[in-house]
Amino acid sequence: MDAKFTRSEKKFNWFSLFWEGVTHMSLLGKTLWIVVIIKLMIMFGVLKPFFFPDFLNSRYQNDKDKAAYVVEQLIDRTNHTQ
Amino acid sequence: MEILNASLVNWSRAQFAMTAAYHWLFVPLTLGLGVMMAIMETKYVRTGDEKWRKTAKFWQTIFGINFAIGVATGIILEFQFGTNWSNYSWFVGDIFGAPLAIEAIVAFFLEATFISIMFFGWNRVSKKAHLTATWLTILGATLSAYWILVANAWMQHPVGMNFNPDTVRNEMTDFWAVALSPVAVNKFFHAVLSGWGLGASFVVGVGSWYLLKKRHVDFALKSIKMGAVFGFISFILLAVTGDGSAYQVAQKQPMKLASMEGLYKGKSGAGMVAFGILNPNKQAYNDTIDPYYFKIELPKLLSLLGYRDINAFVPGINDIVEGGYTLPDGEKALSFDEKKERGQLAIRALANYQKAKKEGRDSDATEYKNTLHENYAYFGYGYLTKGQDSIPHVPLTFYSFHLMVIIGFYFILMFAIVWYVVHKKKMETATWLQYIALWSIPLAYLAGQLGWIVAEVGRQPWTIQDVLPVQAAVSGLSTGNVITTFILFATLFTLLLVAEVTIMVKQIKKGPEL
Repeated sequence: MDAKFTRSEKKFNWFSLFWEGVTHMSLLGKTLWIVVIIKLMIMFGVLKPFFFPDFLNSRYQNDKDKAAYVVEQLIDRTNHTQ
Repeated sequence: MEILNASLVNWSRAQFAMTAAYHWLFVPLTLGLGVMMAIMETKYVRTGDEKWRKTAKFWQTIFGINFAIGVATGIILEFQFGTNWSNYSWFVGDIFGAPLAIEAIVAFFLEATFISIMFFGWNRVSKKAHLTATWLTILGATLSAYWILVANAWMQHPVGMNFNPDTVRNEMTDFWAVALSPVAVNKFFHAVLSGWGLGASFVVGVGSWYLLKKRHVDFALKSIKMGAVFGFISFILLAVTGDGSAYQVAQKQPMKLASMEGLYKGKSGAGMVAFGILNPNKQAYNDTIDPYYFKIELPKLLSLLGYRDINAFVPGINDIVEGGYTLPDGEKALSFDEKKERGQLAIRALANYQKAKKEGRDSDATEYKNTLHENYAYFGYGYLTKGQDSIPHVPLTFYSFHLMVIIGFYFILMFAIVWYVVHKKKMETATWLQYIALWSIPLAYLAGQLGWIVAEVGRQPWTIQDVLPVQAAVSGLSTGNVITTFILFATLFTLLLVAEVTIMVKQIKKGPEL
């Protein structure tokens, strides 16, 4: 998982930590990053926009309309839930 | 107006349950293994023993695989809040959003920041700095769990809020009441300790596999010894926090407690079922069929654990539906019908308030608002039709609870035996125990899943206890859409699980670099 460094205990630097971590990454580390990236692309690139739009945001522009819709639902469902 | 049907509600629930169940396959190992590898690294820093460093690094690699595959799987639950449960999300947004926002901003970033030092920094920062990063990563993961469980606990026991009929939202009035709710605190310790127990089971099981294969024996024995001690302590504490959680359930969700015990007719000095088989012919709470085929009961224990009094009255399902018994605070319990009436009164008051506000009748609006608030505690009962609707699935809740408890005590025994055998330096030759430890890993996962089934199935029909049932919380989507996304999630999560198991098994077979 961790990078295979040849130098030891260099002065700490965030950029070089990440840069060397990524460039010296083991095969396992690379595999995991690929899995993570594919997963996030499916979640945020496909599932969220195409299958999980925010129900209220996609129908109403402002909070007042959203509240009006929800209150209508809460009142109506007392009698019409099957 | 959208007409809802039971199929939409059930598919939406099934989708959420499936997502949460998969998510909880990844989280507990992160919590448990994380603490164990941090303890191992602490031993390395304190003793300078390179073997502890290599042991810690191996488990850190396994932790990394689990973390990478599992990370962000919980976000899908948040997608579902906005799409499938939009009424709920709007209704609770301000309260539910706060803990989730804290989780994302504080805990997740703490975890995400220090995990990079933990993985990339072994040779780049000092031993102590690396150890600090490891502990802070685990602290971040654990704090994440805390805020998620605060949100969940609020649904089980809503506190610290006031319903605003103008915005149609519950608004937070007391942050600390929400953040430090006793339900949340107990739930946090119980859930996190279950992760610790699972982590210990995993370490002992994998260590035993190495012993069976006669590979990396020294590493395996070191891991098993630590896992056994850690697991034993975790499961003892799990029993203690489980008692705390059940006490909270008895006080705040008596219907859930009655379902966990299959208790239909309440009594004083109630016993706790140690083992029982329910009668599947019992269909309704008020039929005359005996709920049990068979049971072994520990006398008075349910009263003692639920109310800290061996003679306390524990209400059964029938009592809770029919009301009339005396509550611990001396009040008379309302029946389902009385609660339903008050719930309908609250919903009517909300409707009338909206109308009065539109028509500018301010004094009427004030009166309706007062009526709404006076009856708000029973708001959700206005959506239910009959007493049976307020009862969760008793067999699923009952068997899940009892099986979880049995597995919990099994692990106390198993870890005690492993600890003893390791102490006697006989673990290497105890093949039978190595097999038991290895094949017990799935049991630890099962116990965690069962715990969540008890918590979530046991609180049905409520998304928010007594205030909002599932049929009022769900969005008016088509059932077909929900089924489609259910299949998508099932596929995605199954692929992730296969990836996790494949990569992890490969890494375990490869073994530590000693």
